[in-house]
Amino acid sequence: MVEEIELSELKKLAVFIKDRFQYDFTNYAVSSFKRRIQRVMELYKLSSVDEIIRKLSSEPAFIRTFVSELTVNVTEMFRDPSLWRVLRDKILPNLFSIQDEVKIWHAGCASGEEVYTMALVLHEQGWLDRVKVVATDIDQGIIKRAQEGKYSYKNMLDINGKNYVRYEGTNKLSDYYKEDGQTCVMDKNLLRNVAFKEHDLVRSGVLGKFDIVLCRNVMIYFNQTLQNDVFKLFHQSLNSYGYLVIGSKETLVWCDIANKFITVNNEEKVFKKVRD
Amino acid sequence: MIDRKFKVVVIGGSAGSFQVVTKILSEIRPDFELPIIMCMHRLKHVRNGFVEALSIKSRLPIVEPRDKEQIKKGTVYLAPANYHMSVELAHYFALSTEEMVNNSRPAIDITIDTTSYVYRTKTLGILLSGANKDGAWGMKRVVDRGGYTIVQDPAECTINTMPTAALAITPINEVLKTNQIIAFLNSL
Repeated sequence: MVEEIELSELKKLAVFIKDRFQYDFTNYAVSSFKRRIQRVMELYKLSSVDEIIRKLSSEPAFIRTFVSELTVNVTEMFRDPSLWRVLRDKILPNLFSIQDEVKIWHAGCASGEEVYTMALVLHEQGWLDRVKVVATDIDQGIIKRAQEGKYSYKNMLDINGKNYVRYEGTNKLSDYYKEDGQTCVMDKNLLRNVAFKEHDLVRSGVLGKFDIVLCRNVMIYFNQTLQNDVFKLFHQSLNSYGYLVIGSKETLVWCDIANKFITVNNEEKVFKKVRD
Repeated sequence: MIDRKFKVVVIGGSAGSFQVVTKILSEIRPDFELPIIMCMHRLKHVRNGFVEALSIKSRLPIVEPRDKEQIKKGTVYLAPANYHMSVELAHYFALSTEEMVNNSRPAIDITIDTTSYVYRTKTLGILLSGANKDGAWGMKRVVDRGGYTIVQDPAECTINTMPTAALAITPINEVLKTNQIIAFLNSL
């Protein structure tokens, strides 16, 4: 374990990165940001924040790796199975009953498990060709991994497969991937209506108008100032009566846009935009 | 018993600690003022039921905090399933889904470490029965920052790996049985 990083050091690093590169981590939540920086230091044998700054100065391409390591990409297919049942049984039928096409944004898609999850839900209900999906992340590298759709056999069995059973899907999860040694390769056809894009929630702005925005367990890495800004972005990115889905422990009650949404399902954290 | 003003109690536990925590919360003074921050290993896919089970006998309110929820006096906080729970300097919680630590999410090390980072010498860290070494490093951090530490007496633990691991890497102020831990808390 490396020595404790001082707050002033963290701030210095975030400001350096903001000035030198396009990324702004100054409003990230401190405790997890600190752990991610410690992780980068351990992985790349850097003994101080100054050494990180020196490395980024002399080797600017390292910023890509740095961003990859800094952002948390731990995710699961069908995380919170009960949410996916609510989407399948309530939210999606509601939307498809009033419109032909539904636009969906996965904000912060990481390695793509949630994108495949939504695609599976849609496929099993016969809706897959009635959607346009955009999946975005700050990290180019992780987007490539999402597109490849290769997941470890262990996670597929221990986590994703078990979640799928709890979701009560119509098939077996193994119907949707091929085993290749220790890896499972997802059926790419599921992504036929998905466009992946690099997008930074802090600075990239509005991508379009959507009927559902999913951003689960991403904003927990932001402080309240930044959360407030990103909720505004989501509000602007939703059609009237569009749905916002956030993580089970996240909330928008104290945000500026709180009164522009109503709660559709408090347990699963599904909200509906009711005011512009 | 001890001439220091604590600002927080942080408790870690795993296998065999549920009964201990239940007993502590059922016998603690109802006017116990300090926030109690608990991280206990639990099934990651079972979101509900744990707080409800603990609440049956508890004399203090128990909540699983939401992300960025402010820490209040007289409240017991339990790390939610499948999230790490940290304390931030402005006295609120931050949740995260980072990689497992010590094969655990929530990890006791993270909760105890960040609590003691914020509350420093005003931290009372308690580590209970458990089957792995998660929490031992966190207890060392409490000690390094001048906080006070208690482990459940390994002789009383259902599984003593956890307190034993803490005792092996750092000096611990007190080794106590459940009844003594309760008496200690009620004397504060």
